[in-house]
Amino acid sequence: MNGNNRPLSPHLQIYRLPLAALLSILHRATGVFLSLGTLLLVWWLVSVAQGESGFNNANAIIGSWFGQLILFGWSFALFFHLSNGIRHLFWDAGYGFEINTVARSSVAVLAVSVTLTVSVWLIVYL
Amino acid sequence: MSLQTPLARARGLGSAKEGLHHWWMQRVTAVALIPLTLWLVYAIACIADADYKTVIDELSSPLNSSLLISLIIAAFYHAALGMQVVFEDYISTKSTRIVCIVVTNLLLFFLAITAVLSVVRIALGGH
Repeated sequence: MNGNNRPLSPHLQIYRLPLAALLSILHRATGVFLSLGTLLLVWWLVSVAQGESGFNNANAIIGSWFGQLILFGWSFALFFHLSNGIRHLFWDAGYGFEINTVARSSVAVLAVSVTLTVSVWLIVYL
Repeated sequence: MSLQTPLARARGLGSAKEGLHHWWMQRVTAVALIPLTLWLVYAIACIADADYKTVIDELSSPLNSSLLISLIIAAFYHAALGMQVVFEDYISTKSTRIVCIVVTNLLLFFLAITAVLSVVRIALGGH
């Protein structure tokens, strides 16, 4: 958003996106998504605090295919932001900046977040 | 006039000693959220198919309600700090940027209070 006619630097749609860059913007995107997702947690807690009927209503909505889809997306966003966030903490401490290391940790972050997401849903459904 | 060199001044503690605060609190809440998030997912998976009574019992245990309130505070603080950076990066008009940041902070603050109060109500059985 640019309201004062000053030049803007090139944006996401200009640059090519190697994996590291894709994960970088995905970290931010999942962060914004999870901030919105806090609404889900607050709504559920308020429903439960209302008593048994509120609890049943909330569970009916969460149990629908749409609710499960939102919850699935939320769980992946959570696991991705968590794993990539741990990688960011290592960077903050000064470790893992070599290009080879970044390439490997990118793949590791994706693998861990997909594995955790799938495992949790398998455990819940099986 | 200061007799210090510019470098010596720059080596101080930053602007009013608070330049690092936003960055640091983002990391502190991030570290706190690592175990809290794993616990939350575990707790949700445990009560996924549970009935009302079981869920209330689980949420009412002192350990679980304390962990949940800690998670709520850390997560909303973390979200407010993160959303602020997103607005600062993408909104170049100063007035719009400030309005977005303040409105988001107030909304997240309100949501956090609502969530904490719900947990307290559930824990104390006041429903």
